[in-house]
Amino acid sequence: MTAAARLRLEHIVKEYPGCRANDGIDLTVAPGEIHALLGENGAGKSTLMKVIYGVIQPDEGTLYWDGEKLTLQGPAHARQLGIGMVFQHFSLFETLTVAENIALGLPASEARDRKKLEQRIRDVSTHYGMALDPRRHVHSLSTGERQRVEIVRCLIQDSRLLILDEPTSVLTPQEVADLFRTLRQLASEGCSILFISHKLQEVRDLCHHATVLRNGKVTGECDPTETSTDAIARLMVGDETPLSTDVPPATPGAPLLEVSGLSYASDDPFGTALRDITMELRAGEIVGIAGVAGNGQDELLRALSGEYKAAANQVRFDGQAVGQMGPDARRRAGIAVVPEERLGRGAVPDMSLVDNTLLTASAQGMVSKGWVAYRKVREYAARVRDRFQVKSDGVEATARSLSGGNLQKFIIGREALQAPKLLVASHPTWGVDVGSAVAIHQVLVELRDKGAAVLLISEDLDELFELCTRMGALCGGRLSPLVPTESLSIEQLGQWMAGDFADAAGEVNHAVA
Amino acid sequence: MSPDMIVNILAATVVAGTPLLIVALGELICERSGVLNLGQEGMMLIGAVAGFAGVYASGSLLVGVIAGMAAGVGMSLLFGFMAITLAANQYAAGLALTIFGTGLSAFVGTDFVGKTIDGFTKLPIPFLSDIPVLGPVLFNHDLLVYVSLGLFVAVYVFLRHSRGGLLLRAVGESPESANANGLPVLLIRYLAVSFGGAMAGLAGAYLSLAYTPLWTEGMTAGRGWIALALVVFATWRPVRVLLGAYLFGLASILHLVLQGFGWDISPELLAMLPYGVTVIVLVLLSANPTRTRLHTPLSIGQPWRPSR
Repeated sequence: MTAAARLRLEHIVKEYPGCRANDGIDLTVAPGEIHALLGENGAGKSTLMKVIYGVIQPDEGTLYWDGEKLTLQGPAHARQLGIGMVFQHFSLFETLTVAENIALGLPASEARDRKKLEQRIRDVSTHYGMALDPRRHVHSLSTGERQRVEIVRCLIQDSRLLILDEPTSVLTPQEVADLFRTLRQLASEGCSILFISHKLQEVRDLCHHATVLRNGKVTGECDPTETSTDAIARLMVGDETPLSTDVPPATPGAPLLEVSGLSYASDDPFGTALRDITMELRAGEIVGIAGVAGNGQDELLRALSGEYKAAANQVRFDGQAVGQMGPDARRRAGIAVVPEERLGRGAVPDMSLVDNTLLTASAQGMVSKGWVAYRKVREYAARVRDRFQVKSDGVEATARSLSGGNLQKFIIGREALQAPKLLVASHPTWGVDVGSAVAIHQVLVELRDKGAAVLLISEDLDELFELCTRMGALCGGRLSPLVPTESLSIEQLGQWMAGDFADAAGEVNHAVA
Repeated sequence: MSPDMIVNILAATVVAGTPLLIVALGELICERSGVLNLGQEGMMLIGAVAGFAGVYASGSLLVGVIAGMAAGVGMSLLFGFMAITLAANQYAAGLALTIFGTGLSAFVGTDFVGKTIDGFTKLPIPFLSDIPVLGPVLFNHDLLVYVSLGLFVAVYVFLRHSRGGLLLRAVGESPESANANGLPVLLIRYLAVSFGGAMAGLAGAYLSLAYTPLWTEGMTAGRGWIALALVVFATWRPVRVLLGAYLFGLASILHLVLQGFGWDISPELLAMLPYGVTVIVLVLLSANPTRTRLHTPLSIGQPWRPSR
């Protein structure tokens, strides 16, 4: 397979200040092969991809394309050769139409005739079963549709190697199935696919071959269809880290949070309005809300945190009407919130961990008569750091300097140590490595067992099924019923995530962005 | 008010709005690439004095116009080097440019104060200028007014229909994505900034060669700043920039007209009118957030450098 390899990497090294992101990586992708690149966050997958796509130059090592040695001048050069890339955070322009986005990637001569291009987009998208309207603006597309735009863009450029960076993390289960069908069809037509993921089950379903990275090195290669999930996971995380959280059964108590008939038109012009949300959370349970991002999750979080004020009785907490209270009053009532964005919302990037502690934990005796007792703030921050194993350069380090997983542990720890009665956490383990994710899950379960209610908003279905007592899904700003996890099938949840609430008079409602 | 008078007012409106239209079109293109250049006022002043000096030295209006535009481009490249190549803070770099331009133009211009030149004269377009109302309003002006209208059409078509416009809008929305798509982000930003400089220089030259053919210190009188506000409130759309510029032009001659009628209003209050009216109308126009966001260069003001 070496002679005919479509892409071969030899000893790729890329060094950044303080870290060797790629440390001598070898990789071979054959024509028509679906090749998985597996690894934890920070394992060096993204760096390697950028090298293959010509975004960055490797410090050492050689690329071979169709057996010929290659020095990439940049993404344009890579694309010209037939290397296409679908980014995790799409590289699309929201204010342009689908056709304009695709035209940007084509040579001027092919892009000039807009009518012809639109026809080509329709042809390619129907051939691969990905419906797409070339005239729509990208901001009005769902996440799944945006991904199709990226893929179609690569296909129109006649890509012979398609790199997909964690493509399924933003999709509903049905959309994942559709995507896999498309990818298999592409591979059968001879296109090579480099599939980057940390979701083992998907890799086992789809890929012919897998290369596993850890700390910038290749730790193993295998045929994923014949290797057990646990064995691959060990290759990814090493020997020490536990692979899963121990979740004992929950014992829900009295109702704690009641939301009734909450509607809220988003302030963000591209946001999603909440429509008639009604739910109840009990003490001592974790309730999960699934759904693809942008379906009202952010708005729900705002309505619960107090950033958006509802009518007083629309949100009742602990027997109190809190709908009209602002964030600070709700925090004092016992509601803690961990927003999705760590930098900028969960923490101020350029402030130290100590100052960031003060922001939400000031009610813990840190301020008296307008004066800050910094000694207490530092103690609290140090306690969070020690208790939740936050790796940082002291508590005076800026929030920005921490890795995503460590900062997230700090933010969740900061809230958890205040012993809230309700913790609302949005995507708490997004972009976090397995070790930190397990630690974060542990915190949530501990809070639950101490009698707090936890509302877990997440896109990670494995996480939801593992932790939640009850769960449902948000779609287009509407909430499905919340049912006990053990009685919920993944198919049912998938339907809810797509807006098909069977008990809502069979009304099908697609996500409108 | 007689019909003749209305026609005269409208014709004067076009003339008064022209420098603003030119500089705002330049800044529109510049901002659409994601670069905010607060140095418009400074570039205009340098353009004005360079234009005047060019004509004074050579006697040729063409030389003056070219000198003005070249000076504007030179200033904008200075800004581009700071804000694009060095990825410095765009606001600070732009403000510095205005302060520098104001000082430099005053210094260079001391010799020209009180000197006179033969400026642009009216150049009625045959046949078209004979059309009732429209003729005198649009087709009985100096050459640069026609040039400004041509520029407006060119910018409009460029943004809407050309590939270059598409590249520009893409870079302005997300330089990261543009780079990932293989577009030459820095080059596109440099071109946009230079175009902005050329237009600011031309607008300045218009002031010192056509509007009032002489040089006085600080003769742009804040038009560079108004243009910056105009572009934002026009939500980065050329048609609205055109309307806003002429609205400003109308308001700025209205106080002369009203004084002519003998209205007893404080002249200072009337002189304030153009600024107030323009801002209020454009704020009202830019109230629709969804439509606005479609045309907003989302990356504006953020320095960007490729990672390598």
